[in-house]
Amino acid sequence: MPRTMPHLPAVATFLTGLCWLSPLGAADWPQFRGPHSNSVTRDAQPPVHWSEKENVAWKAELPGRGPSSPIVIGDRVVVTCSSGIKQDRLHVLCFDAASGKRLWERQFWATGRTITHASSANAAPTPASDGKRIFAFYSSNDLACLDLEGNLKWFRGLAYDFPRTGNDVGMSASPVVIGEVVIAQVESQGTSFATGIDKSSGESRWSIPRPRESSWSSPTVMHLTNLARDVVLLQSPARITAHDPTDGKELWAYQVACDAICSSVASEGVVYVPSKGMTALRPDSTAMPQVLWNASGVLPGAASPVVDGEHLFAINRSGVLTCANTVDGQVLSRVRLQGEFWGTPALAGNRLYCLAQDGACQVVEISADGRHAEIVGKNQLDGTLQCSPAICGGALYARSDHHLWKIAAP
Amino acid sequence: MANSSDAEIRMRRFHLGRLCVLLAVLSAGGAAKPGESTAPLLKALLDVDREGKGHRAATQAWAELTAQANADQLPVILAAIDWAGPLAANWLRAAVDTVAERQIQLNGKLPIADLEKFLLQKEHDPRARRLAYEWIARTDATAPDRLIPSMLDDPSLELRRDAVARVLSVAEKAASEQKTELALSTYQKALGSARDLDQVLVCTEALKKQGHPVDLAHHFGFLQDWKLVGPFDNQKGKGFDVAYPPEVAVDLAATYPAPGGMIGWVSHHTDNEFVDVNKALGKHMGAVAYAAAEFQSDRSGAVELRLGSESANKIWLNGKLLSSAEVYHANGTMDQYVGRGELRPGRNLILLKICQNEQTETWAQDWKFQLRVCDSTGKAMLSTDRPPARATADPTAAKVSKE
Repeated sequence: MPRTMPHLPAVATFLTGLCWLSPLGAADWPQFRGPHSNSVTRDAQPPVHWSEKENVAWKAELPGRGPSSPIVIGDRVVVTCSSGIKQDRLHVLCFDAASGKRLWERQFWATGRTITHASSANAAPTPASDGKRIFAFYSSNDLACLDLEGNLKWFRGLAYDFPRTGNDVGMSASPVVIGEVVIAQVESQGTSFATGIDKSSGESRWSIPRPRESSWSSPTVMHLTNLARDVVLLQSPARITAHDPTDGKELWAYQVACDAICSSVASEGVVYVPSKGMTALRPDSTAMPQVLWNASGVLPGAASPVVDGEHLFAINRSGVLTCANTVDGQVLSRVRLQGEFWGTPALAGNRLYCLAQDGACQVVEISADGRHAEIVGKNQLDGTLQCSPAICGGALYARSDHHLWKIAAP
Repeated sequence: MANSSDAEIRMRRFHLGRLCVLLAVLSAGGAAKPGESTAPLLKALLDVDREGKGHRAATQAWAELTAQANADQLPVILAAIDWAGPLAANWLRAAVDTVAERQIQLNGKLPIADLEKFLLQKEHDPRARRLAYEWIARTDATAPDRLIPSMLDDPSLELRRDAVARVLSVAEKAASEQKTELALSTYQKALGSARDLDQVLVCTEALKKQGHPVDLAHHFGFLQDWKLVGPFDNQKGKGFDVAYPPEVAVDLAATYPAPGGMIGWVSHHTDNEFVDVNKALGKHMGAVAYAAAEFQSDRSGAVELRLGSESANKIWLNGKLLSSAEVYHANGTMDQYVGRGELRPGRNLILLKICQNEQTETWAQDWKFQLRVCDSTGKAMLSTDRPPARATADPTAAKVSKE
């Protein structure tokens, strides 16, 4: 499908930055919502149809539960789980992407609160990777750093640094890696904070207080093209702030009511915030952002919005997928999907892969102008799916509370 | 979340570990002794602390330890967990898993006899023992049948759980074969050892079907007789940090000025484990209530006060604050907050602060709590003046649920 290309110098700068800073490969899906935190990959094209007998490259058993999503680093797929009657066992598992063979598993004992709502689990946050290390984070605020062979580099129990943090619905914000820093956001009615941890040593570089309100949204990476660097966006129920990842310094704050579950997404210098529907902000360098538009009819539910530069996609709590124009927020098309959605869909080319909680996996094809959205594939995976799919190399990876799948053509 | 008491205990163990690690590993009892180079590596792992302190040295030590240790040294590393705080325990656990996994990939063999010796020494850390068991079971298919049946009352709750599950299987088989007496005695045996709610409920539901209902509030040690006073002001949540008079001294005859006039202590009995503050004191929003209960003990010793509360709370035992949580309507469950303290012989006073905020949603109107007194395994500790368990099938006596 022809699409308007993003500003080429910006892309070049961004890709150059990635090449310099990270050993990640172009086909990796290293964190929640993929390499650019926008749930978009342009190259991969997973199958539209699959079943137990068709296009399931492999299916691996998992030892525990988790709404967390798989990540892909090179030829390895990593997933986290939690198990035990108190969910106090934390698992990190690494699989060979080609064969599905379990390469290694590491377990840890939770040091923070492990109680969650029955629908969630301790392994709710998605791990992140810089291409050399894996940063596995849990609702109990435990953060383990391993290399790709499963060797422990360091282990942090953030509940020991902030003993009154956490809530018993469960925490779910996924960490991000920017440069040399792993950033975790923990917001609850107890102690709330964001912290930047040196990814090599595990030592705290900075910690900043955050609003004492329950929030489950994840940090978002935003690339500032003009400054050739990334900032981290932290969304809270009453504001969104931008921070320098190296020291946590607040660059700007915008006071606005935000959703407490789904997360903002940034693309081409614009931040799309789940606020009063969707609100588009354009930060001017590091100064206060300018409101570009607000679209009350584009209302994401628990799944975060997806932006490819030209179009924005959001699934509401009733399962209706909306495609809107990123220029003005105008609704271009809508289609009703089956099921409830916790996981954020992923866009591969012109197809949006939407995984419903009941295992219904729907593939929606979007026309070039966004005005036509059609379900072209309906597939079923067994079990409860709360993850967001990871897509790379022509394959889609998804997990339930019991299994991890690779969906790919033979 | 580690409360202050827990943190103190952990820190004592932590500092003791720094001093005693060499003695600990040397007395591990296995065939292996720590090499001269192993002990300082273990010490570096035991030295990790909050905010990443000690991590640089520990990262290097972990790499050296796992590179040089062979499977014979697994009991030594496991024994070091005895002296580790929760953070260091995870560094040690990862070392055990890494060395054991490598050895299995090498030749499929582990030092089963030494690991089993470690497992059977109950003075070792329960989680370290469970870890030893799991590696034994990975290479010895006979391990579950050989080892688990004797662990019905094990300090490791995971080993105990497996043992209870086996007894439950026997009970269920007996029940299905109409062997009523065997089923009854076997379910009762399982109930005596079970600590996890799901297993307890399997036992009690089966016993109830057989005409032997269990007083669950008594079984778990929930306190059912309370004195309550309130409401004190908690508008905008400001009352959580205000030390109202009951926090200074519990005088059950006293009256206090409050927003609605003078208030005094009222007696409240619950037939199940929940104390509904809305019923006891009337419905109030933006309010603080205090609940006091006496607990008679015939000895001194460690105790856990386990609280379930959807709203902000504090727990005191004999005037000492054991736990504090300022969270409203973010789930409520049995054993949600654990206050660890010391009972003294004779009269002990338990005081709770249970707050309610001003949220208007229907689900935010609940203002209730449950509190039980137990040992570190979750076994009920009963006040010496508590009435005996009820033997009737009173439905109000069994409201404990998985929620």
